[in-house]
Amino acid sequence: MIIDHPLLGPRDSSEFTYMGDAKLIDRPDPDADTAARDFYEYGYLRDNPAGWHDELWFHEAGDRSWLVVTRNTLTHEISKVQLARDVARNRGRSK
Amino acid sequence: MTQVNRIGRAQVDFTKTLKFSFDGKSYTGHPGDTLASALLANGVRLMGRSFKYHRPRGPLSAGSEEPNALVELRGGARQEPNTRATTVELFDGLLAKSQNRLGSLKFDLLSINDRFSNFLTAGFYYKTFMWPAAFWEKLYEPIIRNAAGLGSLSLQDDPDVYDKGFLHCDLLIIGAGPAGLSAALTAGRAGADVILADEDFRMGGRLNSETFAIGDASGADWATATVAELASLPNVRLMPRTTVIGAFDHGIYGAVERVSDHMHTPDAGKPRQVLWRIYTKHTVLAAGAIERPIAFENNDRPGIMLASALRTYANRFAVAADRRVAIFTNNDDGHRTASDLHARGVKVVAVVDTRTEAPRSMDYEVLQGQVVDTKGRLGLTFAEVKLADGSMRTLDCGALGLSGGWNPNVHLTCHQRGRPTWNADLAAFVPGDDLPPGMVVAGAAQGDLSTADALAGGAKAARAALGLKGRMPALPEAEDAPVNITPFWYVKGCSRAWLDQQNDVTVKDVKLSHQEGFRSVEHLKRYTTLGMATDQGKTSNMGGLAIMAELAGKAIPEVGTTIFRPPYTPTAIGVLAGRHRGQEFHPKRLTPSHKWAEEQGAVFVEVGNWLRAQWFPKPGETHWRESVDREVLATRKSVGVCDVTTLGKVDVQGTDAAAFLNKIYCNGFAKLAVSKTRYGLMLREDGIAMDDGTAARLAEDHFVVTTTTANALPVYRHMEFVRQCLCPDMDVQLISTTEAWAQYAVAGPNSRKLLEKIVDQDISNDAFPFMACANITICGGLRARLFRISFSGELAYEIAVPTAYGDALMRKIMEVGAEFDVTPYGTEALGVMRIEKGHAAGNELNGTTTAQNLGMGRMISSLKDCIGKTLSQREGLNADGDLRQVGIRPVDPNDPVPAGAHLMNADGPIDAAHDQGYATSACYSPNLGHAIAIGFLKNGSDRMGERMRLVSPLTKVQVDVEITSAHFIDPEGERLRA
Repeated sequence: MIIDHPLLGPRDSSEFTYMGDAKLIDRPDPDADTAARDFYEYGYLRDNPAGWHDELWFHEAGDRSWLVVTRNTLTHEISKVQLARDVARNRGRSK
Repeated sequence: MTQVNRIGRAQVDFTKTLKFSFDGKSYTGHPGDTLASALLANGVRLMGRSFKYHRPRGPLSAGSEEPNALVELRGGARQEPNTRATTVELFDGLLAKSQNRLGSLKFDLLSINDRFSNFLTAGFYYKTFMWPAAFWEKLYEPIIRNAAGLGSLSLQDDPDVYDKGFLHCDLLIIGAGPAGLSAALTAGRAGADVILADEDFRMGGRLNSETFAIGDASGADWATATVAELASLPNVRLMPRTTVIGAFDHGIYGAVERVSDHMHTPDAGKPRQVLWRIYTKHTVLAAGAIERPIAFENNDRPGIMLASALRTYANRFAVAADRRVAIFTNNDDGHRTASDLHARGVKVVAVVDTRTEAPRSMDYEVLQGQVVDTKGRLGLTFAEVKLADGSMRTLDCGALGLSGGWNPNVHLTCHQRGRPTWNADLAAFVPGDDLPPGMVVAGAAQGDLSTADALAGGAKAARAALGLKGRMPALPEAEDAPVNITPFWYVKGCSRAWLDQQNDVTVKDVKLSHQEGFRSVEHLKRYTTLGMATDQGKTSNMGGLAIMAELAGKAIPEVGTTIFRPPYTPTAIGVLAGRHRGQEFHPKRLTPSHKWAEEQGAVFVEVGNWLRAQWFPKPGETHWRESVDREVLATRKSVGVCDVTTLGKVDVQGTDAAAFLNKIYCNGFAKLAVSKTRYGLMLREDGIAMDDGTAARLAEDHFVVTTTTANALPVYRHMEFVRQCLCPDMDVQLISTTEAWAQYAVAGPNSRKLLEKIVDQDISNDAFPFMACANITICGGLRARLFRISFSGELAYEIAVPTAYGDALMRKIMEVGAEFDVTPYGTEALGVMRIEKGHAAGNELNGTTTAQNLGMGRMISSLKDCIGKTLSQREGLNADGDLRQVGIRPVDPNDPVPAGAHLMNADGPIDAAHDQGYATSACYSPNLGHAIAIGFLKNGSDRMGERMRLVSPLTKVQVDVEITSAHFIDPEGERLRA
């Protein structure tokens, strides 16, 4: 596969390490009353869609960016690649 | 022997003669021959024995689809089994042997299997070798393994080099027949970057095998001229002897180039084969078509082959498979073979056509009927024909050409789950709409079987792929015959009629499989093994499908096909591995003082990709333990030095650096003073311990974090995840500096005295106490970092210098340390000392243990959040009776305490239900004079002094042990602070 890195352009997928569902960005609030339940779901429950999937890829043999790659798990088509940092900010993460 | 079956001239260079041998007998051939064509030229039709029944076999085809003519090529370490004689390019001195026989090829003792064929039908293994179960391993399997299988391996290392390479292009064209050449010409003249790959050593595809004219020239001459023009274009890369084996994601294709297979030995410095990864924007698949046979009784005798193969041998190689030939066809193409052979002076005994409206000929007899059986023990002698009127005719012939129609070569169109569609006019599957992105199919592969259609299709495909505008240039005149076929798959009433000759699957087997309920095409394949041999059923699958469809009362497209998967043809493991074998299997990382350690005679151990000194044997030491014990004792007595460069180092800088460390470590770092170091434990988000190390605060906004050697990469990845994905606004930057600094542990009571000789600053206990850290200079100005940390439990330091100075520093330490008898120690002594001290390492941080298990539960700060904190508080990880880290010592000091052994109560049963814990790390402690271990024990912290049994039923070990503190040496830590 070829991943179109937002900063570096098209790169071979062998330069990357895969981590899975980009929902891992949405780490729950540890101070919430439901924290135990929230972290359990965060840690263990994942969707396994046959189709479009937002997933985390790390450019380990490159610039060390974490990326959110939107990939179709049936065809391996990639429709979008974003810096995970931008996605995290858009989802309200800060410090 | 002379080449008795040569007929006229062809694309073989008769001016040069090549000598080769087959089964010990010498023959001659010429450049341009394949092994199969040269053997046929010499009158040799018998080239192998079949897989199961050991039936005599000759070539069925003249190409890579060959199921039968498999030979062992070359000798010695280069011996290569299961090579297709039909694709092996002849070279001088070629050595080939037939395979899968007991005795000689002509008198194969295992041909007895053929007599027992009634027992060896589909599902034979499943039905026969069920009982008794114990017989399988001892009796059945060895016998079957001995009898089955094809070629044998040399069992020596392959002496050749295989390489990998990367190529990029605008247009990849697969196949250099009329369609591929036409596409290449169109794209090449338009200036596109083109790669043209073909599995054959001679480009031209079927044009080399036919007598057609293109324009004013013969097809073969047109191909030669076209290849010459393409070769002159700098933007076109011609890759003959290159098989595209797979179509992968996003326009990436795998291709194997056989650089040196056509030579006796590769030229110096040249690889045997290269695996290319081709990145292309567009692809034209012009892979042609493969003719299919017709099934009838005893259709597998040497001499019976595809009609198109007879044509190839005659027109391309000037070889008649035999002087008397018959043809069995259901379409017009079979007649083409007859007229070509007749033109070359070969006697065409008859053309047997299944159709009522067969074309007539002045040159040979055309019979309407079917071939129903054949004779000839080691090669065809007679063919029995049943004519339309029911009468029988015997044809006296040594070769029989079969023409059952052509299958477009759709293989690569299906590598991305594409499915072919049925074309009734051709009675064949053609590529569907769901092609790999960027692929266009042209020529026979698309179902356009005439030469004119192929030329036009190739040009159009290239223009479409590249988006070329303007008028299509004129193409030369070429043959444009329509396809005229009446589907005919097998002769009714036949049973031992071969479909898959390589796996010995007959019509009878397919019928049996249907009868026994294996009615999905995928089940048929696996039950009968149809199409599962190395040829992947290129000439047999369609026949099987057609019979299955008939039995099920369905149309062929309803039955469907099995899935085509890469590789297209058998691919050597060697080329997939490339240079990644033996010592080069993975990269080798050497520390800056590796050369120095080598000079000391160090024994090295692989740790990840690193080579680390394991111990440093001295003259006279005959056992590793002698060296390790000496290194441990010397370090604890005076001073030792150990290369710890391989530990991961991460530089953490920024105003939020401390807040960031608070996030990744379970213990607090915010209040760590500048110039101080702290031990840190990292958890995974699920609450399990991930890694440990130290973080040294060199400045308010600057920390240096260390990780274990093995986890350097995963920990860094994790830290970047937290930084970028969880805390994107933190002002913190990370960089791995593992390779930037050479680092040495200097440990032992004299370590300070030694370092005082090279460090420029005051490092007295007051100025530089336990856990201090600082940027310093050494040897009068070289920048360095000093950390007063200890893994051994002794007064100890770690000193780091820029990598380039690592070797020099090691030599300097040894020089100034001579008066203290400084001793280099390796990873074994390091391990012994950390076990004596009870420090956890990889065996304890094993992915199942929590901070609580490690006795560090209280380190998890209640004042802050950290990765893993919430889930570390789960009930299940904090239950009563949890495992705790303990020390284990034998009651009898002579007993061993093996790591991996389990702890059982002093009395009671020894079984999993009564398991109390296990030993994780063990060693002989030269300081205590007996073996020791650390491990995990239920309620361990409350069981100090308890007698238990340490058992390993597998290795029959049972030792009485006593549970102790894991801190065997200096439990109060006085030495550290000295």
